[in-house]
Amino acid sequence: MNELIVSGLSVKPQDATLVKDASFTLKPGDLIAVLGPNGAGKTSLLRGALGLIAINNGQAKLNRTATADLSPMVRAQSVAYLPQARPLAWPNCVRDVVALGRFAHGATLGRLGEADAEAVDAAIAACGVAHLAQRQTDTLSGGELARVHCARAFAAKAPLLIADEPVAALDPRHQFRIMDMIRGFVDDGGGAMVVLHDVALAARYASRMIWMKDGVIVADGSPAETLTQQRIADIYDVRAKVDGLNVRLDGAI
Amino acid sequence: MSGRGLTVLLIAASALAMFAACLLGSTSMGFGRVLTALIGQGDVADQIIVWQIRLPRALAAFVVGTALGVSGAALQGLLRNPLAEPGVLGVSASAALGATLVIYYGLASLSPWVMPVAAIAGALVATAVIALAALRTRSVVTLILIGVGLSSFAGALMSLLMNFAPNPFSLSDMINWMLGSVANRSFDDLAIAAPFMLAGLGILFATKRGLSALTLGEEAASGIGLDLQKQRIFVVLGAGLATGAAVSIAGAIGFVGIVAPHIVRPFVGHDPARSLLPSGLLGGLLLVVADILVRLLPTAFELKLGVVAALIGAPAFVWIAMQRGAGHE
Repeated sequence: MNELIVSGLSVKPQDATLVKDASFTLKPGDLIAVLGPNGAGKTSLLRGALGLIAINNGQAKLNRTATADLSPMVRAQSVAYLPQARPLAWPNCVRDVVALGRFAHGATLGRLGEADAEAVDAAIAACGVAHLAQRQTDTLSGGELARVHCARAFAAKAPLLIADEPVAALDPRHQFRIMDMIRGFVDDGGGAMVVLHDVALAARYASRMIWMKDGVIVADGSPAETLTQQRIADIYDVRAKVDGLNVRLDGAI
Repeated sequence: MSGRGLTVLLIAASALAMFAACLLGSTSMGFGRVLTALIGQGDVADQIIVWQIRLPRALAAFVVGTALGVSGAALQGLLRNPLAEPGVLGVSASAALGATLVIYYGLASLSPWVMPVAAIAGALVATAVIALAALRTRSVVTLILIGVGLSSFAGALMSLLMNFAPNPFSLSDMINWMLGSVANRSFDDLAIAAPFMLAGLGILFATKRGLSALTLGEEAASGIGLDLQKQRIFVVLGAGLATGAAVSIAGAIGFVGIVAPHIVRPFVGHDPARSLLPSGLLGGLLLVVADILVRLLPTAFELKLGVVAALIGAPAFVWIAMQRGAGHE
């Protein structure tokens, strides 16, 4: 059973408190949307949970081992992590970038083993970038690049996926396509945790929503339970109309 | 052309260039004479020219170029910047400072081992400083700045030593070392540097896979399973050892570590890991050819290899920097 269990986690570098006493569990079958305004501590929560930054209190455990104690290789085999998109250092070809998703399995670019090549090709096909496989990444549009990064994460074949704003700066169609891929990953037995800024998109796809403000998780539950006009007003200081899973934002309060 | 094709081509070209280096020189020797001398037959004078003068010199140029090319490619992968090179970390300058120190104090004449060992010691001191910094900081920019600081400090100390040079002979020795040359190198000089160079290159090749991962940026590289801390220490250590050994053979020769990887990159899909071997081979080839030019040019004083490398390399550096500016901003 692959489970990421976070309890009482706090991240306090120097004087700032980025995350305070946060607890959640990510397991296969979950599609968790993490919501909250800029600076709410979403990225720090993910990094702390993965053991990428020092945590000051609490625990983050992956299959009973603290994530900070896991070797990066072992961690990567259980959790694929997509940080906020950064430009690539070199104009590699798309297939090589996706193949980097197999790094934790020992893949060497240009000399992929059979299992690695199979996983890479499957991920490329699933994310609809097969026609781009030999293109250099510096010739891709933002939407194409986002799908390439998704393919890289899926190629890892890790049971869990943590993605930080995977649909940022994408047009609506590409937002749906990326979220469809993540939905498909969860339907195939994965567990995903995704930072999103679009409440309506989150409500449409998520099985659970984690709402954050000022470093604190203020609510964690299904969209039906936690998505209310009051919640959106509390979290974002925005007026909204909520009707079931339909959300309309009306303006700043 | 694929990366593998390029590698084969570069190996062939390097072998050819080294053979040409044995043929050409102040006394031009025919194809047959060089070949017989190479297999230890024929005229004794020919054998001496080939085995004790031309071949060691060509081999020195080749291994120095190889060490600088591989180190440059690895550092560029680590720092994700095509303008990085061994000089960036201050290792070249610190190694040259070590050599200059023993010349200044007249220790170089005590034993042929003193100068190479001093150069390698200088490189290792710089490497240790960088390795300690790499343990403490997460920022690559910080590492570069520390390297620039080390480099400037070593340069200032070298200028100071030249300022106070006790006599014109040691001044000229120091200048020779700063300009970079492979003239009059013997197999002994190469043998002293070899263990350090092999250790450095071994470390760089053993950890090259992590350089591919760093293409994604540090956070994503760590996300796919790279141990950032270890990767940084190994690349710094490997490049430090290889560069220190190269400087101990030839003095400070710049820009090979920038130019060779830049030419190679498009042929290997811009993958830093796959660029290591061909960058090394091309770096070696470039220096062997440049050294042949240095020997053949009819000038009153023999040009220094490092000067020629800089005359070609510095404009290339500026050109690469401007291209990068146009492409990325």
